[in-house]
Amino acid sequence: MIMFPFRIPIKDWISAAVDFLVSELGAVFDGFSAFIFFLVNNLKDGMLFVHPLVLIALIAFITWRMAGWQIGLFSVLGLLITENIGLWVSFVETLALVLTAEVLVMIVGLPLGIYAARSDRFNSFIRPILDFMQTMPAFVYLIPAVMFFGLGLVPGVVATFVFALPPLIRLTNLGIRQVPKELTEAADAFGATNMQKLFKVQIPVAKPTIMAGVNQSIMLGLSMVVIAAMIGAGGVGTNVLRGIQRLQVGEGFEAGLVIVIMAIILDRITAGLGQRKKAG
Amino acid sequence: MKEKIEVKNLSKIFGRYPQKALEALKAGMSKAEILKEHKQVVGVDNVSFKVYEREIFVLMGLSGSGKSTLERLLNRLHEPTSGRIIIDGTDITRLGQKELREFRRKHFCGMVFQNFAILPHRNVLENVEFGLELQGVERDKRREQASRVIKQVGLEGNEESYPSELSGGMQQRVGLARGLAVDASIMLMDEAFSALDPLIRRQMQDELLELQEKMQKTIIFVTHDLDEAFRLGDRIAIMKDGRIEQIGTAEQIISKPASDYVRAFVEDMNRAAVLTAGNIMEPMRERAFMGDGPRTILRKIRRNNLTGILVTDTKRELKGYIKASELVDYINEHKDKESIPLDKKLLCQPTRVNKDMPVNEVINAYNENEFGPLAVVDDSDRLEGVIVRGAIISALAGESAGEDDGPGKDTPARLKEKEKK
Repeated sequence: MIMFPFRIPIKDWISAAVDFLVSELGAVFDGFSAFIFFLVNNLKDGMLFVHPLVLIALIAFITWRMAGWQIGLFSVLGLLITENIGLWVSFVETLALVLTAEVLVMIVGLPLGIYAARSDRFNSFIRPILDFMQTMPAFVYLIPAVMFFGLGLVPGVVATFVFALPPLIRLTNLGIRQVPKELTEAADAFGATNMQKLFKVQIPVAKPTIMAGVNQSIMLGLSMVVIAAMIGAGGVGTNVLRGIQRLQVGEGFEAGLVIVIMAIILDRITAGLGQRKKAG
Repeated sequence: MKEKIEVKNLSKIFGRYPQKALEALKAGMSKAEILKEHKQVVGVDNVSFKVYEREIFVLMGLSGSGKSTLERLLNRLHEPTSGRIIIDGTDITRLGQKELREFRRKHFCGMVFQNFAILPHRNVLENVEFGLELQGVERDKRREQASRVIKQVGLEGNEESYPSELSGGMQQRVGLARGLAVDASIMLMDEAFSALDPLIRRQMQDELLELQEKMQKTIIFVTHDLDEAFRLGDRIAIMKDGRIEQIGTAEQIISKPASDYVRAFVEDMNRAAVLTAGNIMEPMRERAFMGDGPRTILRKIRRNNLTGILVTDTKRELKGYIKASELVDYINEHKDKESIPLDKKLLCQPTRVNKDMPVNEVINAYNENEFGPLAVVDDSDRLEGVIVRGAIISALAGESAGEDDGPGKDTPARLKEKEKK
């Protein structure tokens, strides 16, 4: 039985749109691609330029200050193991990719989150888009990402960005909306400008929630590492993939372990940032 | 008294079609009907009043009466739907956003809130500086000003503490100090002490009155507590359903409630805290003078059926009290003499109360009093009147007592009192 005499050609529209963008805006994408590549690559090269022990000491110091000596000790041990099993370069590649993506997420996500908190209209506009970004299977937009940016690092960063952006926008929005009404009223009553209200009241009070958003987006970004490796983004994800493909359980497990170590370190650092109430 | 704030026909409707609701209000629909039919909420309904310079003006009402809304209209945290608000000669309903901001900075000491609304990420000093910081006052100057105010509200030594480390009362002191640090004349307080426990609350009320003596701000104080309203307010506006039911001093509201609603409210009130000795005293029916002879005095006592009498000099200055029984004994001792002088030993000193003493303290004084009525005196010990036990009882029972009745009227309680004597 045919219910409809026609079929809505969603797939044709999308294909046409992607084709159009690739052919007409190729130069723009190329430029953007080169820029991202430049960022990630320099970050990676910088981190590989110094001796692993220097970087390990630096990371351990940061975790110690942010999350206590236990986590500091854990990161020293975890990173030494990473170096020992020969995954140091992969670790740094992945770290560079995740950090770059996270910086981009913050540059885009914080203003959007703040704007969503101030405008109900914008909030209801952006919510379905965020749902879309979070639930649309990554593989589906991996292909157009490759078409736009070619294989390699850059589509990996973009895919990570797309997946990691929503939680930051959501939690920034939530954090600012949850600032007690009386606090903003107090600011208004004293004659605060909108900017003063935002930077002296709303953002500082919402900071723990915003930092939880940063934390969540880094965690989600890390979960994209393996998928990004499928399009040649490199890093630890490549080692996981290789292990799976060759049925080398041990190698896959080692690479997975390195991802976990990185996740714990980044999680504790960002969680520590959110909890430090008396900062400043 | 100079006018500080004048509010004219001010209304506030919450909802998408305020004008429609406003017309319905003018046509005589009630708040409930408008909510039902137009789905618009009437916050404040055609309110007019004046606030004078340096007074504490209390907005009193139950939740939903529109008192907080009205207060927020005064600095335009809520935009008025219609009406005028004139502060120091400026109609603030006509100000643009930028002018409004300037006006708030210049004229309002921010606002003091029920939940304190101080910034959790700033310490006490930084919180108190907040208003000055927004105005762009430079660091050294605002530090200095904030430190001075911190001292005034009794927070000295807590400058570096964070709000989470402070008790409720201390946090509200920060809220108060933040307002006082700003050099402006109008202070808005929204249920400022309602979240504090009763003892602290009482203490904060006293401190506010004390501060007000020095600071001389114009304070608009919102509360749902009638006791608090009467304690703090120079004048009180009682609100119901967005309207003002009555404006007046505590005495005016208690003695002449303008509506049944106000009367019902006032009935619950602890009258003893509001009425003063002056309200319940009776004028002297008879008194003795220092020049009177013992027999004359005895005649005065007998004529009025009393057990004793108060003695003054010709300038009404209170000299003492003479008991009838002792006077009779004295006269009997000197029966044979033609004229006997009044012996000063006969005079005993009655308990004196000041005209302004609240009735609940008068009760204590009465209980300690060993004989006769309480003598009500002014500051230079001149006799103003007396208080008998019946007057206290009827004051507490809610009858209007004292001056209004005149000396001749005998309430049942007073008759009983007389019989005892």
